[in-house]
Amino acid sequence: MVEVQLRVNGTAHRLELDPRVSLLDALREHLGLTGTKKGCNQGACGACTVLVDGERITACLALAVQYGGREITTIEGVAHPLQQAFVRTDGFQCGYCTSGQICSALGMLAEVEAGAPSAVTEHLAEPAVALTDAEIRERMSGNLCRCGAYNGITDAIRETAGVPS
Amino acid sequence: MTQAPEKTRPSVERPADAEGPAVGRPVDRVDGTVKTSGEARYAAEFPFPDIAHAAMVHSTITRGRITGIDTAEATAVEGVLAVITHENAPKMVPPGRPTPLDLSSMAPGTRVNYLNTDEVHWNGQPVAVVVAESLEAAHAAARLVRVTYDALPATTDFAAAQADATPVKGNLLEIGEAKKGDAEAALAAAPVSVDATYTTPPQNHNAIEPHATTAVWDGDRLTVHEATQGIEWVRKHLAVRFGVPAANVRVIATYVGGGFGGKGAVWAGTLLAVLAAKATGRPVRMALTREAVYRTVGGRTPTRQRVALGAGRDGQLTALLHEGVSAVGRMGGRSEAVGSQSQHLYAARTVLIRHSTTEMDTVPNTFMRAPGEAVGSFALESAVDELAVELGVDPVQLRTRNEPERSPTDGKRFSRQNLGRVYADGAERFGWAARDPKPRSMRDGRRLIGWGVASAFHMPIQLPADVSVRLAADGTVLVRSSFHEIGVGAATAQAQIAADALGVPVDAVRVEHGDSDQPVGPMAGGSGQTASLAAAVLEACDRIKREALALARKAPGSPLRGRRPAELRATGSGLFRADLPPGAESAGETYAAILTRAGRGYLEARTGSDNRLRAAAGQARFMTRFLLDRRRWVRAAIGAHFCEVAVDEDTGEVRVTRWVGVFDVGRVVNAKTATSQLRGGIVMGIGAALGEETLLDPRTGRIMNPGLGEYHVPVHADVPAIDVTYLDEPDPTAPAGILGIGEVSIVGVAAAVANAVHHATGVRVRDLPVTLDRLL
Amino acid sequence: MRPFAYVSAPDVDTAVRAIAEQPGAKLLGGGTNLVDLMRQDVERPTTVVDISSVPLTGVDELPDGGLRIGALVRNSHLAAHPLVRTRFPVLAQALLSGASGQLRNMATVGGNLLQRTRCLYFVDGAAACNKREPGSGCDAIGGFHRGNAVLGTSEHCVATHPSDMAVALAALDAVVEAQSVRGTRRIPLVELHRLPGDTPHLETVLDADELITAVEVPASAVAATSRYRKVRDRASFAFALVSVAAALDVEDGAVSAVRVALGGVAPKPWRAYEAERVLTGAPATEESFRAAAEAELADASGLPGNDFKIELARRTIVATLRQLRVEGGAA
Repeated sequence: MVEVQLRVNGTAHRLELDPRVSLLDALREHLGLTGTKKGCNQGACGACTVLVDGERITACLALAVQYGGREITTIEGVAHPLQQAFVRTDGFQCGYCTSGQICSALGMLAEVEAGAPSAVTEHLAEPAVALTDAEIRERMSGNLCRCGAYNGITDAIRETAGVPS
Repeated sequence: MTQAPEKTRPSVERPADAEGPAVGRPVDRVDGTVKTSGEARYAAEFPFPDIAHAAMVHSTITRGRITGIDTAEATAVEGVLAVITHENAPKMVPPGRPTPLDLSSMAPGTRVNYLNTDEVHWNGQPVAVVVAESLEAAHAAARLVRVTYDALPATTDFAAAQADATPVKGNLLEIGEAKKGDAEAALAAAPVSVDATYTTPPQNHNAIEPHATTAVWDGDRLTVHEATQGIEWVRKHLAVRFGVPAANVRVIATYVGGGFGGKGAVWAGTLLAVLAAKATGRPVRMALTREAVYRTVGGRTPTRQRVALGAGRDGQLTALLHEGVSAVGRMGGRSEAVGSQSQHLYAARTVLIRHSTTEMDTVPNTFMRAPGEAVGSFALESAVDELAVELGVDPVQLRTRNEPERSPTDGKRFSRQNLGRVYADGAERFGWAARDPKPRSMRDGRRLIGWGVASAFHMPIQLPADVSVRLAADGTVLVRSSFHEIGVGAATAQAQIAADALGVPVDAVRVEHGDSDQPVGPMAGGSGQTASLAAAVLEACDRIKREALALARKAPGSPLRGRRPAELRATGSGLFRADLPPGAESAGETYAAILTRAGRGYLEARTGSDNRLRAAAGQARFMTRFLLDRRRWVRAAIGAHFCEVAVDEDTGEVRVTRWVGVFDVGRVVNAKTATSQLRGGIVMGIGAALGEETLLDPRTGRIMNPGLGEYHVPVHADVPAIDVTYLDEPDPTAPAGILGIGEVSIVGVAAAVANAVHHATGVRVRDLPVTLDRLL
Repeated sequence: MRPFAYVSAPDVDTAVRAIAEQPGAKLLGGGTNLVDLMRQDVERPTTVVDISSVPLTGVDELPDGGLRIGALVRNSHLAAHPLVRTRFPVLAQALLSGASGQLRNMATVGGNLLQRTRCLYFVDGAAACNKREPGSGCDAIGGFHRGNAVLGTSEHCVATHPSDMAVALAALDAVVEAQSVRGTRRIPLVELHRLPGDTPHLETVLDADELITAVEVPASAVAATSRYRKVRDRASFAFALVSVAAALDVEDGAVSAVRVALGGVAPKPWRAYEAERVLTGAPATEESFRAAAEAELADASGLPGNDFKIELARRTIVATLRQLRVEGGAA
């Protein structure tokens, strides 16, 4: 057992954890924060996406002990117009990938804000990136939605970012 | 077209007040807030202080017997509560034979009596379960269970197994053969013909929520939180297997993280969680790993299909042959009815449809979104495209030219027949007229552009549904039924339906679902849930209105005194005369006024039946009616897909760049959720077209890509903006005019893509998925 | 996942001491590969030395205009770095085409280089795999191997190196710096990974107690005109079937400088020296590109399920060079 100080949604938690416990399982099984979902447990679906110091990661491949002292934000700690946009644009169906989509989108928008390029950015040397639909889709490709709500998700993100369609 | 004289409408007309009906509007999902805030809880997310975690051990041989299980090392792991094997497991009653008289008898995905037998029937079958205090201990210990086997020969190569295929006889629920005239002779005589073989691979549902069960015993009472599309099946099946009355079993599935058919049957995880809870006396959670889902839950079976079409030079079909062989698991699974749509879709003078199956020692297959049609349409609609090329006829014209007046195989009438219209609408939206039919004639730089079309066709089923509707004196409504919210927006749709039927605002209606303590809802399958529920909700609302009127008619002061139902409409949270404007004085009164005067807190109507005997009889009566009705009508949702692909000339990479889908699905209850669901089917179809394939090693039958990293479902970047529209006309023969929409939109998608790829490249790919290596 | 002792190392010295003292120890960076493989029981470290807070996170410009990249720089941070984007666009593109946004935020440069090779049978304990269990055989050769290698394979192993980043680094003549209690050494990136031969379980030349501390990318004029082209089944979030990292300078219609490396086709990032030899000084034409691709793939040998990669690799080399010639680099 290892002692870990996890800061989640602004609250500090002192936990005694088996070092094998993933950040995802720490949230779901030890802190009761089940909004973060487990879809594949191998980083391939994005359902477990959370923000760590504002950056999106897949919590399933993170060991909780590695993230002591970091600022972790889960869907339970998100209060953002993007959530209402998801409802308006129907950016989900079953809802299981939704927490991850929303956290991922928030991290992604911060990346765009910082000028980070993506694989579809045409001119890498340019410091700013225009948030086209192609950019949104590429950047959100780490979040699978088997219901196929991708159009609604793209709409919600575009709308929230204030980009005309 | 002939109208069916069925009384599906409520006796009080729908309101036509200024705001208009809720049905048809793009109402936001009622569960929008809980699903975007992380509050919605799924099966593995209900806390119990003394919860134990279960993990499966899978067989590593394909077929044979277990000769020994060494559990010592696993048992010694700290935190392990039990290692359950066939040597120490509590007994389960073996599953019975399925019978059409009780649909729940079809619940089990396989006939294997897990951990009650030393037999192994496929590579990956569960052979032990570890229960531990923590997830980590359970999964680590599961790796330490040592199993030895006596292996037996097994059939695991579909290509080889086809030699042993046997014809499907067909029954009430399964299509076998359909025949009209001598199709082989007509084919041979046809001036123009195509005759080709198509294959489709095994596929998996891959709902993002893996199957999960939380099982809690309290004496002989059992509560299960379950990821299921069939609460009632789970309840009844668990009762049978664990020898308790069904009334003792409660199944809760308020939110389910996607199903697509994969959560329709009862699979090993459910049974073993309940078994483990019984063995340990603890609440047990079995949250399947993604690998365990692949190894223990069936997927779509592989098929090999022959489609041959003969036509006159005018394009009129003279022969249509569709023969399919599919694999079934030796321990369960059903024929993939690939010829289903081919019976009805085109007016061929002669038809031959045949299905056969071959048994394999693999995890039994199961329903996956539009079983039969999803992959059958790939063959049929590819062949139609091939015929269009042969004939030099536009593929849209060839299809609409062959739109039948009556079903070609059996002469049944269509409840709707709008193939021509959906194609016309789609062609216009897509700009089809600009297409140069010559392959490789369109390009965008280094990318070859292709346009393809295909028809969608699916016959939704109807299911028995019990609901209760309660209208409170304050004008709020509560609808209850144990139906499933797997993402289709079912609760939202029923709220809209009830709101209109009672003339109340949508937000006055609350819908409770997903709990077997509620009246028995239909399963989420066969595109039947929404329409089946709607029929019951309308009936219940109708009864409530009659009862309200009965109260008012007797009341001396009521403006409704002496009025008959036909004179009234439900609006403004009450009953008002249809011949007066809604605001007019003495036009009627609110439910609140009626109930308050009568001293009633609420009115409640319950449709369907509750006691066991009547429930069984009611179900049999329902099925008889449904099957009789199916003999009279072909009631199908249809659509036309228009697809644009771009194919990299250098690498063969195929990307879908544009999509138009136009559908006729009867009445659309919610414009927003219906559009999403139709899009969702197209997205899944794009996956099937371009990448999805479960890799069963032909040497072992073992699935070699049991994960989302190596099984490619579409990602955001694979999916363009999808333009979906629908005719939105009620089907006069269907409950509330609603056909189902869950499945139709996946049908034809793979063919539309492959047809577009042919147009782009000149290469005809007859084997799914259309990966780039087939185009180099 | 098997139990392990957890050690958090605040600095390089502590880390290298810890792995030197614990023979079964593994270094944990971003965890994206190691944690996954531990969960699948493929990796079974008895000690995990967490180096994620070791300060090896700088991207520094070298005096000659090259870069020194700390081993724990996250993939996303490296891709977004202005000097990488302008001077080595092939590296930025390669990084950005790997995995997903989330994983790139976790994955480190050192971890990316040391991720295990990819094969369906390597990660399935029920299968025979010489890499996982030396001498047990290779189920991939007679099974599914669509993603596997066509260059540098052996009869014992046909697994592929999955990295995109490493392919770009191979093209850029990068050098890896590794440290252990015995000191520091520099290894050219193209020599870091081994071919399987009859020891497929050995994937790199690093000793078990060595820690990658940095990667240096030397200054290169040709790198400014570079691209990474990744061919895959999905539009995103998929491993490469074939990838090409290339840089091209043309003077008076002839190739004056060129770098080519291939991914997805070999057990290691594959520097295409033969293609470069054929191209250097040759006219910058489609014919030369094709000849270079043919020369590079001359010794390739596929299996029934991945034979297509040979032609795909040729075509992708040609397409990438053509694009560099016509459109220039990705900067």
